[in-house]
Amino acid sequence: MFYGVSLTAFLVALWLTLSGPFTLSGDYPIVMTVGVVSIVTTVALTFRMRIVDRETVPAGPMIPLFAYWSWLGGEIFKSNLAVLRLIMKPELNVEPRLIRVPAEQRTDLGRCVFANSITLTPGTVTVDIEDDGFLVHALDTEFTEPAGFAEMGQRSDTATDGRREAK
Amino acid sequence: MDVVTFLIALGLTAAMAIMLARLFAGPTLYDRVLAANSFGTKTVLFLLVFAAIVDRQDAIDIALLYALINFVATIAILKFFRYRSLEIALAQMSLRKALDGEYDE
Amino acid sequence: MSFGEILQHALFAGSVAAMTAGLVFVLAGAIGVNRLPDFYTRMHAAGVTDTLGAELIVLGLLLQASDWQTFAKLALVGLLLFLTSPTATHAIANAAHRAGHKPALSRFKPPHPKDAGSTSGEG
Repeated sequence: MFYGVSLTAFLVALWLTLSGPFTLSGDYPIVMTVGVVSIVTTVALTFRMRIVDRETVPAGPMIPLFAYWSWLGGEIFKSNLAVLRLIMKPELNVEPRLIRVPAEQRTDLGRCVFANSITLTPGTVTVDIEDDGFLVHALDTEFTEPAGFAEMGQRSDTATDGRREAK
Repeated sequence: MDVVTFLIALGLTAAMAIMLARLFAGPTLYDRVLAANSFGTKTVLFLLVFAAIVDRQDAIDIALLYALINFVATIAILKFFRYRSLEIALAQMSLRKALDGEYDE
Repeated sequence: MSFGEILQHALFAGSVAAMTAGLVFVLAGAIGVNRLPDFYTRMHAAGVTDTLGAELIVLGLLLQASDWQTFAKLALVGLLLFLTSPTATHAIANAAHRAGHKPALSRFKPPHPKDAGSTSGEG
């Protein structure tokens, strides 16, 4: 139920943002009616598809995810500069690598966030997804440090599923 | 609007032209899809800057739509060239593959 | 000059700086896509355009936005690009990988007239 309510709230906010000023004059009642109809249809169809869960509506880990994205922004900036330096060198000198990165996230959402973060960071792209890790293509050997991947994986796990209990 | 925004739009056009060179040069299908996708991203950016230059907010809506269509088109092209069919839902592909191995590469 | 004017000028300067930096990244990405040796490496250059280039230009336009609706729509476009570009890149990479497209993993150096005949120019 929580996910249904957050999905509806998100759709209402989206409709109001895209449809314009909040006046009840002119043709605004029609706009409002169309909005209600489409939001109800969308929510009904989503429920019928049985995909209303925390993966479709990640409303719970929203705030940790935004915190994670701001950390990711810094990483993206750093590796962007590194890639920029590599590709603007007058003499190209890159050493592409295919590596395996272990993924120890607890849920599929965490794995999804981790894989997308690897792809979003320039210099590394997730090429294939295996049972216990990802196949990652790196532009140069300088992007293949396991420590960086481990930190990113740990942070994405914490952002989606909360802090891991101490063993 | 002002000179700077105009110059940014010109620069984006230059980047799009360079990307077109890769689109024509190929050599593989994936290079072309990648170039087309990247070209679409630049088109979205160009539309946003264009909206600022002519001061019409409608272009932002078009850019929003273009970003969505660009994404869906990339996935659709890749799906078609991998399975030669758009009939089966992607979610069922792996199931189908497990059942009869028909879509094994 | 009043405080409002100073703020406006500062916003404009920030916007110009962000958009110029974004344009540099977009152009570098486009040039990189043309320069790099094989498909998998070109993908990384396209990623430069998709992430920092696009987001910086959107940020620059955000700073110029005149009303909240423009602001919200621009932010929405930025968020959409942020969410869809890794998925698209991964889809392309995965399709190429599954189709048996092998990445070139040797150290790439452009052929130089001085070391003609050596094997290091192979991509």
